[in-house]
Amino acid sequence: MNNFSYIQADKAKDATAAKRDDKSAAFIAGGTTLLDLMKLSVENHDQLIDVNMLPFRGIESTKDGLRIGALERMSDVAAHPLVARQFPMVAESLLLAASAQLRNMASIGGNVLQRTRCGYFRDTAFPCNKRNPGSGCPALTGDNRNLAILGTSDACIATSYPGDLSVALIALDAVLTLENAKGKQRQVPLTKFYLLPGSTPQRETVLEPDELIVAVTIPQTEMARRSKYLKVRDRASYAYALVSAAVGLEVQGGTIKAARVALGGVGAQPWRCFEAEKALVGQPATEATFRAAAEVALRGAKPREHNAFKVEMAQNTLVRALSEVAAA
Amino acid sequence: MEIKEKENAPTNIVGKPLNRVDGPAKVTGAARYSAEVPLAGTVYGVLKTSAIAKGRIKSIDTSRAEKEPGVLHIFTYQNLPKPAKTPQQVEKWRAAQSYLPMQDDRVQYAGEPVVLVVADTLERATQAAELVQVSYQAELPIDSYLDPKAELFDPQTIQSGKQPGHTERGNPQAAYAGAPVKLDATYVHAINHHNPMEPAATLAVWEGNDRLTVYETTQNITGSQTALLDVLGLPRDQVRVVTHYLGGGFGCKGSVWPHTLITALAARAVGRPLKVVLTRKQMFTGVGHREDQEQNLKLGATTDGKLLALVHTKKATTSPWDNYTESNSKVINMLYACPSFGATYELARANVMTSVWMRAPGEAPGSFALESSMDDLAHQLNIDPLEIRLRNYADHDYSNDKPWSSKSLKQCYARGAELFGWDKRNPTPGQTRRGRLLVGHGMGTATYPVHSAQGTARVRLFADGHAVVQSGATDLGTGTYTVMTQVSADALGLPPDKIRFELGDTRLPTAPGSGGSQAAGTVASAIMEAAQDVWAKVVKMAVADKKSPLYKAKPADVKVELGRMFLAKKPAKGETLVAALARSGQTDIEGSASGKYGAGYEKQYFEAADSDDKKGGNPNQEKPGEKQGQGHSMHSFGAHFCEVEVDPELGTIRVTRWVGVHGVGTVLNLKTATSQLMGGAIFGIGSALMEETFRDPTYARYTNSDLASYHVPVNADIPDMTIEFVPETDPYINALGVKGIGEIGIVGVAAAVANAVFNATGRRMRSLPMTPDKMLEALRLPA
Ligand SMILES: Cc1cc2nc3c(=O)[nH]c(=O)nc-3n(C[C@H](O)[C@H](O)[C@H](O)COP(=O)(O)OP(=O)(O)OC[C@H]3O[C@@H](n4cnc5c(N)ncnc54)[C@H](O)[C@@H]3O)c2cc1C
Ligand code: SF4
Repeated sequence: MNNFSYIQADKAKDATAAKRDDKSAAFIAGGTTLLDLMKLSVENHDQLIDVNMLPFRGIESTKDGLRIGALERMSDVAAHPLVARQFPMVAESLLLAASAQLRNMASIGGNVLQRTRCGYFRDTAFPCNKRNPGSGCPALTGDNRNLAILGTSDACIATSYPGDLSVALIALDAVLTLENAKGKQRQVPLTKFYLLPGSTPQRETVLEPDELIVAVTIPQTEMARRSKYLKVRDRASYAYALVSAAVGLEVQGGTIKAARVALGGVGAQPWRCFEAEKALVGQPATEATFRAAAEVALRGAKPREHNAFKVEMAQNTLVRALSEVAAA
Repeated sequence: MEIKEKENAPTNIVGKPLNRVDGPAKVTGAARYSAEVPLAGTVYGVLKTSAIAKGRIKSIDTSRAEKEPGVLHIFTYQNLPKPAKTPQQVEKWRAAQSYLPMQDDRVQYAGEPVVLVVADTLERATQAAELVQVSYQAELPIDSYLDPKAELFDPQTIQSGKQPGHTERGNPQAAYAGAPVKLDATYVHAINHHNPMEPAATLAVWEGNDRLTVYETTQNITGSQTALLDVLGLPRDQVRVVTHYLGGGFGCKGSVWPHTLITALAARAVGRPLKVVLTRKQMFTGVGHREDQEQNLKLGATTDGKLLALVHTKKATTSPWDNYTESNSKVINMLYACPSFGATYELARANVMTSVWMRAPGEAPGSFALESSMDDLAHQLNIDPLEIRLRNYADHDYSNDKPWSSKSLKQCYARGAELFGWDKRNPTPGQTRRGRLLVGHGMGTATYPVHSAQGTARVRLFADGHAVVQSGATDLGTGTYTVMTQVSADALGLPPDKIRFELGDTRLPTAPGSGGSQAAGTVASAIMEAAQDVWAKVVKMAVADKKSPLYKAKPADVKVELGRMFLAKKPAKGETLVAALARSGQTDIEGSASGKYGAGYEKQYFEAADSDDKKGGNPNQEKPGEKQGQGHSMHSFGAHFCEVEVDPELGTIRVTRWVGVHGVGTVLNLKTATSQLMGGAIFGIGSALMEETFRDPTYARYTNSDLASYHVPVNADIPDMTIEFVPETDPYINALGVKGIGEIGIVGVAAAVANAVFNATGRRMRSLPMTPDKMLEALRLPA
């Protein structure tokens, strides 16, 4: 870890301007991703801009849906009655994440920007294309048990976002509000926010260096209300997903009217399964339908030595999640 | 052999679930762990470790780091003060690893110390370490015994010479070949790391050039002292090692590791107290691990399930210098009534640090193989798993042909089965469902040997009715302070709050380390003996004191129980030790003695009996009159019963019920003992279901060295557990009949879980940990 200076921003403009003027600075919210990576010297920032004083707070219903301030804490969001009742998959994705202590610290904006748990990325003694572009990807032939099988490239097979919340957000067509140093805001849907690794795995999102995440807005739908987040992991709690599924269904008279499906733990980024959704809509809500959709969802998967199990596990997880939502 | 049993010492507070006497100090922060000892002028060392696993250091550029404020010293192989002897030059090096890094430009494993930066604050040292540039000439490392470049060899002896590498009893190959029922299975065990909560730390303080005090995180202060004085070339009394509190160790703090030796060497040059604490990441390459290994077990039996042969081979990774591997075969050799047995080891050198004992080293993985194969045998022959164990019940130790000193395994089986409801188990695998989940029941046998050890203690009884009891033992956090307070209280007849028990300092009487489950038995024994020294002195005073009810009695006729002296034939006639002492005008009286545990205790007991020795200073010593025999085989035994739920689509395995029943001799404290056995089982569940360190095959470097990716059980993984003890008296172990309990709890656990998984699914899991990916793969294949 290197020495750094620290400032506290009272206004968004101060934060974004400071970041624009210092290429090596970073925003800090809960610090649960950032400080870890700094202690490992994976990230080396000479300045930290504390954004916790910014007014990016609040959990409220708006005409566009549920709006959550980027600085709200994971634990507070999960416990909020609106979230628990109207967006069960969001609440579950938060509650099944990390530990109680981490959820108390971690912010929603920081969560969306958490970084991969690839062991090579997190140890500077290894080459890693994401951390050190062009140095190589030892995970291709090494420890890839928990890395991705969809959307990967020969340059990087990491689950660039290893967490849970964004899987739920991407399933529900959530939209991020961003603000830059000019004070200009823009709306970016989660489905357009994350970048696939291609030949530039160091580029992970469309966020510009001087941009802050202000809030996330989740459209209020029947599928959000009738939804589930199912997470499979190596231990019963406090572990990243091996695979996870975020699903929402609208079923009328036994027929699926609309569906939302996303997978975690398998994609280079949170993985929205548009094709699987198409395979569900108009079909009877039966296990056979779910199984067929699950197969579609994993089509094109490119497993490696240690993560081949994820194909079947992800399919089974998806079928299980869909069955449970349909039965609920 | 006719042996009249000697009774264990009477108890009053011993056995009670007394709260931890060090609890308040710990929860208020008053308890200082080694890294927290406040010493004026302390400076901070940060280790920079090697980025490669094999090769040479080309250059080390310290120029930027040196300019940083607060930086005092930067040590590399070029300027670290030379040891008087390197571990490899020490004739009898007792620590696990015989290689000391930072002696030349070679690098032999990933994460070995390369640079030590010393600064006035931890932050400055950390920053400066970051700025030191090390460039390497890397060579292709060997990562494990599975590496195509690795060469397996026959080590002849293992555990660095302490154990034979071959064992043979009867004619195992022929017996196996001729057996009507044969099983042949291979078991794989992942690399495990101990990961105690408290990281390893060394705080080294020199007085001049020839006196050193080290505040150390060690389970064995005397072992650390020995290694330090060997390396520093000092006489024993000039190196003091202090460990007042430990936050766990599980074996990784039982040995001296490079960071301690390097810190001690560097501190002499620094001239101020120097503190080095390993980071969590450094804990994965700084203090050993349980090695990656596979075992093949061939089991021959009769058609009614009686064992005829067990043939065991083990392959494992070891370091470039040491032949360390856990001796898995010992438990396989002794657990059952099997007439023939064979074991061999094959090791391969790789670029890894020397592995080291980890909770039940050998017994834990060995029992996984044995108890899984026994379950296979039971299933194949359609015999209940408990019944197959009873059919092979060893009425004596077949590995050495000795009688047991005590064995309550049948009672453990029976009580465990009753508590668990074993009779309700469905013997047909894959038949029991709970919703979507498959439910299975399994069991496994636990055992752990009583090692032979000795240690000393000093008891100082004050006339005002309190006592200070001292022994250079350590408390891993498991309760040594507490149980020794109880033992002392009973020995002196004082309430526990009138006892202060001191440990963890080489200035105190020497005691063995907390390892091999021997500390409690040995130190308790030493305290009893030292208390008897006090008794003898006070009895002598009393019989010469006109005011004593024992005036003119023969010392040999006086008995002492719970602090009260009385005539053996007329118990009403007597008084307390403290009363006699107070009357004497003496402020206090001191006794000290060496106490033994295990075979040594038994031998001493026989010898005392033989020599008709009355000077022994032990008024309670009866004259048993039996001959010195061949001695006994000494073990604790127990049984685990486990229920699991397996999700057949997702592959997850959860333990949902646990019953453990153990026979461990005298239980010194029901609460701490229960916690030990429970903790052992949880440790075993960890190794069974989730613990695994991944070493990259190309770089021979770990990829998951943190506690987010090295999974140990969390609360949600562990159900309510039932732990019970069966009453057991063992007269041959030590004065109190105490057997060790630190390790038995994990033995047989992984097998119990795997056996339950088999019962749930019909799939035999032979590779640990049994993670969901492996379970799914097994379920895909036909049963
Ligand atoms: C041991 C462990 C286990 C975990 N397990 C899980 C899990 O199971 N599931 C899961 O989903 N997550 C898990 N996490 C990740 C955790 O959820 C994230 O670390 C956390 O959400 C990040 O939030 P933060 O506020 O602490 O972010 P910080 O660490 O403060 O920031 C993270 C990144 O986001 C940037 N940033 C923060 N806020 C903003 C903003 N408003 N605008 C722009 N940039 C911003 C920072 O500059 C930084 O780059 C785990 C973390 C740990 C350490
Ligand atoms: S998978 Fe990506 S993050 Fe991991 S080593 Fe390869 S490039 Fe780096």
